[in-house]
Amino acid sequence: MRIETAIAVNRFGLGARPGEMEKLDKDPKSALLDQLQGPPTPSVYLDKLPRSDKVLTEVLQARQMQREMKRKAGEEPVQKKVGGFGSMVRSHYVDQVGARFKNAVQTDYPFHERLVRFWSNHFAVSADKQPVSALAGLFENEAIRPNLGGSFFKLLLAAETHPAMILYLDNERSIGPGSIIASRAKKARRKKRDVGINENLAREILELHTLGVDGGYRQPDVTAFAKVLTGWSIGSDQGRFKAGTPGAFLFRENAHEPGSQVIMGERFQQFGYDQGVAVLRKLSLEPSTARFVATKLVRHFVADNPPVAMVDRVAKVFLDSGGSLPAVHTALVQSPEPWLVPLAKYKTPEEFVISTHRAFDHVPRRMKVVIGALEQMGQMPLRPGSPEGWPDTAEQWGGADALYKRIEWANAVARQAGSRQNPLDIGEMSLGANFSEHSRTAIKRAESVVQGTTLLLASPDFQRR
Amino acid sequence: MLRRRELLKGLGLGAFVAGVPGLAFANTPNDSRLVVFILRGAMDGMAMLAPYGDGNYASLRGKLALAAPGQTGGVLKADGLFGMHPALQHTHTLYQQKQALFVHAVASPYRERSHFDGQDQLESGSSIGNFHRDGWLNRAIQPLNSRQGGETAIAISQNTPLLLRGIQPVTSWAPSSMPDAADDTLKRLQALYANDPFFATRLQQALDSQQIAGDMSGSRKGRGNQKKQLEALMRATARFLSAPDGPRIAVLESGGWDTHARQGAAQGALAGKFSALDNGISVLQRELGDAWSKTVIMVVTEFGRTVRVNGTGGTDHGTATAAMLVGGAVNGGQIIADWPGLSTSNLYEGRDLYPTTDIRSVFKGVMAEHLGLQENFLDQNVFPDQKMVPVMENLVNT
Repeated sequence: MRIETAIAVNRFGLGARPGEMEKLDKDPKSALLDQLQGPPTPSVYLDKLPRSDKVLTEVLQARQMQREMKRKAGEEPVQKKVGGFGSMVRSHYVDQVGARFKNAVQTDYPFHERLVRFWSNHFAVSADKQPVSALAGLFENEAIRPNLGGSFFKLLLAAETHPAMILYLDNERSIGPGSIIASRAKKARRKKRDVGINENLAREILELHTLGVDGGYRQPDVTAFAKVLTGWSIGSDQGRFKAGTPGAFLFRENAHEPGSQVIMGERFQQFGYDQGVAVLRKLSLEPSTARFVATKLVRHFVADNPPVAMVDRVAKVFLDSGGSLPAVHTALVQSPEPWLVPLAKYKTPEEFVISTHRAFDHVPRRMKVVIGALEQMGQMPLRPGSPEGWPDTAEQWGGADALYKRIEWANAVARQAGSRQNPLDIGEMSLGANFSEHSRTAIKRAESVVQGTTLLLASPDFQRR
Repeated sequence: MLRRRELLKGLGLGAFVAGVPGLAFANTPNDSRLVVFILRGAMDGMAMLAPYGDGNYASLRGKLALAAPGQTGGVLKADGLFGMHPALQHTHTLYQQKQALFVHAVASPYRERSHFDGQDQLESGSSIGNFHRDGWLNRAIQPLNSRQGGETAIAISQNTPLLLRGIQPVTSWAPSSMPDAADDTLKRLQALYANDPFFATRLQQALDSQQIAGDMSGSRKGRGNQKKQLEALMRATARFLSAPDGPRIAVLESGGWDTHARQGAAQGALAGKFSALDNGISVLQRELGDAWSKTVIMVVTEFGRTVRVNGTGGTDHGTATAAMLVGGAVNGGQIIADWPGLSTSNLYEGRDLYPTTDIRSVFKGVMAEHLGLQENFLDQNVFPDQKMVPVMENLVNT
């Protein structure tokens, strides 16, 4: 089996399933490019998930009910929440994490799936914030997954208008000081009510989603962009913000700051929602954006210190193609650099755990156990804890304790797997040309199959891609 | 239970890993202990230590303003100008016992408002335009590590924060709920990793930490509220820092301080975080026992938040903030602040608390007085090109 095949399935893919290497060995690069558009039919796991507007409406209603119950209970001890907000959010979270995990373990389009995960991490909405926990997996399915076949602009717009993003970066109640709502509030002298701008979404779009922190914007650009984004909100069927489809993106004209805004030297005179779309379009085509995105992609697919020549090349493809994602993704595969140094990337805990399941062709039944293990290794699914998303260098994943947890988990898996399968066969099937003589010898000498499997999973060959 | 390190030593396995220094942890001068607690997300210093006596405070802070001392939900008085957040009860007691001090209107040299760059600046100890890829605390422990040959510092987290990353070996530990791997398997892994320094070093460090943590490995971090979780981490920290051959410096981190919406005043989201922090400090004090008298806990964040409330009951990214030093070795009972005032013309860019003190002065002061590092070493190795930042004095009882 060729080294290119091992690189294709492990670095571009999610680790080999039985038989996967054989399928790719004839022409690994073409096989990867064939995966770019994703599976023709939706995954059985993901297809079962509810839509985010339904989920958001449901959990917000539960929260409302719980608050009312608490208020009514007054001094009385609060009734134990039965089917309350918290448990509802948790069960959505576990369902979504489970569906995307099982899909990743089973998919025949692992390169596409890796790209989906790369981009949902680029536009990270972290599930540690309520009620985003109930939406983070749906965000990936609805905003990211369907949009990798088009332009970066389309993906950007889908991400920024998804309710999970609006909530995560606090834009749902960002209200322009010159808007209709603000002037009404002023007349009614309702000073106590929150009426004003929140610049979080605007800042993170500039810093993390498009230009990058050194991309040439300044505080006045952030402030102006935040004004542009006032009114980007979520529909509701309750209270004073009743409008639109509950739980879905809604542009609230009456919260929008009127007038033109200047961002990075360009004046945006569009009205309403179109103004924000125009700014996103401009940002999506900026050289800084191309460079920022290319750097992250090359870091993901080649090395922690991304080679400059390849970053230049990919950024140029990005700009020349008007931000076409298939063109950019193709350039990654067709560049020589990813194929030069095998095992240059240290797997993240999720990559490690998914590739293990793929190697054993095993779909977990109890998702909570997997989530618990990932949390221990430092990567609770969909919870990077900040809009920057998960890091992508060995240095940042390489804590001593995190490695120890991987070893403990490898040992637990090996015990579960028992002696049904020979670890040498699994190593051969999963690692191919990356399976070193040194590892083979260590595994051969193991005192038991369980120990051999632990050694295989904890080996540098398996821990890297 | 047979202690793992003794077992491994008995088998002569230390020699398996080439290039890894001896198993013992290193020491600090006078056996002093340092805990650095990084609050990620830009903690609102104006809420932690409120300038209730500043004439502009109440009007600018609006509904987030805390009441004067003695009133319902009022601040805990430090002096005529400043008061601590009401959730910081224990810290206030420590302040009165001269074991806690605050530095206000403090900032790193970073003047933009990105969390991630702000944290990198805080932790790398870089001057603007000359970025270091390692952490200043890692550079600082070089003489301590070489003195004894072992790890002086531990990150109480799965992964090591930038502050501690660098050439000097450091270790990390976090609670586990998984069963131990067999000792024989670990021994074989050491052999398997022998040619791969990335894995070899980390496994050795992990084994050293396991030896001290012992049965604490069974404690669970994933369960319970933030208060309980922090309590567990503080207990573990105390265990490491009071072990006879354990590390002497620990770094902890906590997220969720980015209070853009519904931050709350005397009660609410931020108050809950202060309460957990306050409780964590009291747990650490209790568990450290005698070592408390030698301890400095430094609580820092990347930057502050806007003085005014934003449209969603929270505050946006700002500039200057407050930092806190607590512990038996702290020269407490003082508020160190060249207070810039809150009138609009005195605000940074018309929106943020104006920075008047460089956080690196505090770092340098603690390094000099508590860890006994020489000023020329600080200037050359720890904070290069930053000689103009003065060493703050009288932070620690010496």
